[in-house]
Amino acid sequence: MANLTLQNVKKSFGAVEVIPGVDLEITDGEFVVFVGPSGCGKSTLLRLIAGLEDVSDGDIRIDNASVVDVPAADRGVAMVFQSYALYPHMTVRENLSFGLENIRMDKAEINRRVSDAARLLQIEQLLERRPKQLSGGQRQRVAIGRAITRDPKIFLFDEPLSNLDAELRVLMRVEITKLRERLGNTMIYVTHDQIEAMTMADKIVVLRKGIIEQVGAPLELYNHPRNLFVAGFIGSPRMNFVEGKVSAVAPGQVVFEAPGLPPLTLPGALAQSMEAAPATLGIRPEDFVVSRDAGAGWPVTVGVAEQYGANSYLHCTLAGEVPILVHEAGQSLARRGDVLYLAPRENHWHLFGAGGAAIERQA
Amino acid sequence: MTDLSQAKPGLSIVEFATRRRGRKRLDWTDWLTYLYLFLGLVVMFTPVLWVAISSFKTPANLTEFPPTLLPYANQTAVVEGHDEPLPLFDVVGEDGESRRLAQLRRVGIQAQMVDPANPEERIVVPVGDATPVRQLYLATENYTNLLTSSGGQIWRYLFNSLFITVVATAITLVMNSMAAFALSKYRFRGSNIALVSILATLMIPATVVLVPTYMIVAQLGLVGNLWGVILPTVATPTGVFLLRQYMLTIPDELIEAARMDHASEWRIFWRIILPLSSPALAVVAIFSILSRWNDFLLPLVVLTRRESYTLQLALASFQTEYGVRYEILLAMTTLTALPLAFAFIFLQRYITSGIASTGIK
Amino acid sequence: MSARVQLASAAGAILSLPARLIEPAMSGIQRGVGIKRMPWVFLLPNLVAVILFALLPVFINVFYSMSGSDRLFPWDRPFVGGANYQSLLDCTNYLDPSTCSRDLFWRALGNTMVFVPVQVICMIAIALLTAICLNRDIVGRGFFRGIFFFPVMLSPVVVALTWQWILQRNGALNGLISAAGLTPVNWLIFPNTAFFWSVFVTVWAHMGFYTIILLAGLQAIPRDVYEAAKMDSASPWRVFTRITLPLLKPVMLVVFILAVIRSVQTFDELYVLTGGGPGSATMLMVQYIYEVGFAAQPRNFGLAAAASLFLGLALLIFTGIQMRISRGGNND
Repeated sequence: MANLTLQNVKKSFGAVEVIPGVDLEITDGEFVVFVGPSGCGKSTLLRLIAGLEDVSDGDIRIDNASVVDVPAADRGVAMVFQSYALYPHMTVRENLSFGLENIRMDKAEINRRVSDAARLLQIEQLLERRPKQLSGGQRQRVAIGRAITRDPKIFLFDEPLSNLDAELRVLMRVEITKLRERLGNTMIYVTHDQIEAMTMADKIVVLRKGIIEQVGAPLELYNHPRNLFVAGFIGSPRMNFVEGKVSAVAPGQVVFEAPGLPPLTLPGALAQSMEAAPATLGIRPEDFVVSRDAGAGWPVTVGVAEQYGANSYLHCTLAGEVPILVHEAGQSLARRGDVLYLAPRENHWHLFGAGGAAIERQA
Repeated sequence: MTDLSQAKPGLSIVEFATRRRGRKRLDWTDWLTYLYLFLGLVVMFTPVLWVAISSFKTPANLTEFPPTLLPYANQTAVVEGHDEPLPLFDVVGEDGESRRLAQLRRVGIQAQMVDPANPEERIVVPVGDATPVRQLYLATENYTNLLTSSGGQIWRYLFNSLFITVVATAITLVMNSMAAFALSKYRFRGSNIALVSILATLMIPATVVLVPTYMIVAQLGLVGNLWGVILPTVATPTGVFLLRQYMLTIPDELIEAARMDHASEWRIFWRIILPLSSPALAVVAIFSILSRWNDFLLPLVVLTRRESYTLQLALASFQTEYGVRYEILLAMTTLTALPLAFAFIFLQRYITSGIASTGIK
Repeated sequence: MSARVQLASAAGAILSLPARLIEPAMSGIQRGVGIKRMPWVFLLPNLVAVILFALLPVFINVFYSMSGSDRLFPWDRPFVGGANYQSLLDCTNYLDPSTCSRDLFWRALGNTMVFVPVQVICMIAIALLTAICLNRDIVGRGFFRGIFFFPVMLSPVVVALTWQWILQRNGALNGLISAAGLTPVNWLIFPNTAFFWSVFVTVWAHMGFYTIILLAGLQAIPRDVYEAAKMDSASPWRVFTRITLPLLKPVMLVVFILAVIRSVQTFDELYVLTGGGPGSATMLMVQYIYEVGFAAQPRNFGLAAAASLFLGLALLIFTGIQMRISRGGNND
């Protein structure tokens, strides 16, 4: 169990700069999720921490000791790979014990650790099988088990659930969360799936093009995205965006104008007063007040109404071109061609300036 | 169908005709295929079968023309008063009756014979009236003579061939897979140059560099030594290539996992990569065994001393030395081909799939 | 070194290779040189062998071809410049080998230039026909595949002796011929028949190899392409020329290059079957190199090296042209 500090960590492959400089602090026992679209450098960052890649510049410290020159095996970290990376020609038991044999650990101690890990993960009856004879979920458990036997300070997970089907993924998500509660180790988890990030993390690190866009607790990111990218990335279905401009900012009243639409008064206030400026308005699908009365907001035309039973999603268009997704709890009565009038809920809207940075609301 | 052909104005009469025939093709093309394959069976297989059968014929049987299909030998009988067994003949007498006599000697068109039951009386018979009494006979003495003749030299040749094949193959496997591992699983400066310089040797036929290779072997003091044949052949570019291509398919994550498991690089190679490469290793091993066992030109040049001969060299030299003794030559030919024939029966699938995969890549 | 010691040492070395000796040594090396240089450690043995027995000889060969005398070691050999090449190329009339000072070289060259195209074309045609037959839905496919392949496994010496035994004056072939009421022929005594059988025997011995490659190529053509062609009511011949052959082209190129390179290098079978005879009717380039450099006294290494460089150069040009063609073919 350990603290992890990244100081100005840089990585380039040849002329390509993958990570232009990352600073991050992870405290003991935290479950941190790196999330971002593919190619954002999240896996590279994990591999730098693991020691599978060398940093081009900067420092990585585990428990305040620099590990950039320490080989992967000696950093006290264990990794669960995306493809599990189980040795196909070895039995589960051999897979679990291979690393311990390599450091010439006492036979009895190896057996104890292997059986402890097997019991913890409920794979005791699989110990003599080979990876080929296991299901995807079982392989996943073995891969985690291999990490556990090494008793690492930090667990690293590289998209461990991406090879499982949807149902199993939900199951394993819960399992990993439970496991983490029992072990209490620091864990770093890489995924491109923001639902995994939201449900598992203590702290989410959103990455784009090797740069940290925002760090924070899941709901903090959800409620207060720092910029357009995080706002669009966190949350499913995605936040709706309308481009336009903020026209007048009187205290306690913000008016947003979009081309071809009546001005919309946003309920709530900004932290600071500002000049009229181009901006993007973001509203999550569940944050609309839906009305059938004209004048109660922007008019949208319903295209497709998806009925989930407990929820409904209305795919609408605003001013004939901007797509807007609206969530309604329960079963919606809206049908194709209906015109609805939308307004944001109080303090549940987001404004982003021309550069994409959020314009903060008054708390 | 008719609509379709009418809709296509370009359809010629020839095409139309072949298409009609095409419907019946299940019959005649299948017949042609089987005809061809059975013809192939005869042409490919009978020569070898013929050599094997011939190797069981006695010298006298071998010189007959036209040759007999199966190995025959003259039946003989021990006749009182003669040390050697005498060949038996069926003789048709003047009365048209057939008698079985033993031949003593032949003089021109006459033969002196005796009746085994009555050895005192000599009978003179025209050769044309006598037909030899023959029976199927496997002349296994061809093989026993071969194995025991000239002080069992053949065991020496067999040992040399085996030694070269086994040692060269073992070294080839270890060396090639080490190089393939380095070239497939590491990113390092110079890896491309190393790969290209190894693969470039594919383009250098062994015969082209025969003289300098011999010189280097001589410089190493290995002329007439089995190692002189082993060392020049171990660094096969095809082996490196095949193994590298295979190892590229082993996921890098396995190696990273092993590295995080405190495995040394050699241990990763020996415990992870080698076991996982066994299909490719099998193919390389088979190729190596085949070509080392059958090697001819390099051994011919390097192994100058009789006691360092391989089976192939001995066989080729038998051809000139024992040119008249076909029975020995044939027995040895059969013996030399035998180990590979057995290997082939068991490994056919591996061998053919291996060749197919190298050829395609 | 006695035989027994050699065997024991080899067996011992192989058995104790993994655990006892190499692993601690290699771990030590890894500690010494660091993990970054380990690939070079793995490469080293192979690289040494490649340099020593493949790359270095090429350069030495160039020197050999430009030096004289029958001495083996380069430092004993006087430099003669282009004399060996001059001697090879010295002819009063290039259309008549007997006017050349090295007439055997020109005969071997001529024989090779006839032998290679004839042998390669016959072999690939037969191999393709066989592969097509084996690719059909037939009974006993594995058996027939084995039958056509097994001569590849036989050593060239065995192949040559087998056919010599069949083709000899009192051999099985003449037995069949006389049984059919025809006059037996002494096949290996006449230049034309000897040349024919040289081609036949080398095709017999090697076609199985190419059959297997072509068969794999045929099997790699997806079934649905044929089914689509059937839906388009294509005739078998059109299917063959418009679908099978074009899709088989990359494999055919590989087969062609391999076949030519090996055909040019033909030596063992003919050395034993005909000895290059009658006269020099079946002597090819490699045998010429062997005869000049090793069999003849005094050994003329310089001439052999010059001839082999000539051969190597021809192969290089051929492969270069082939690569160019195949690359051009891949672009369209």
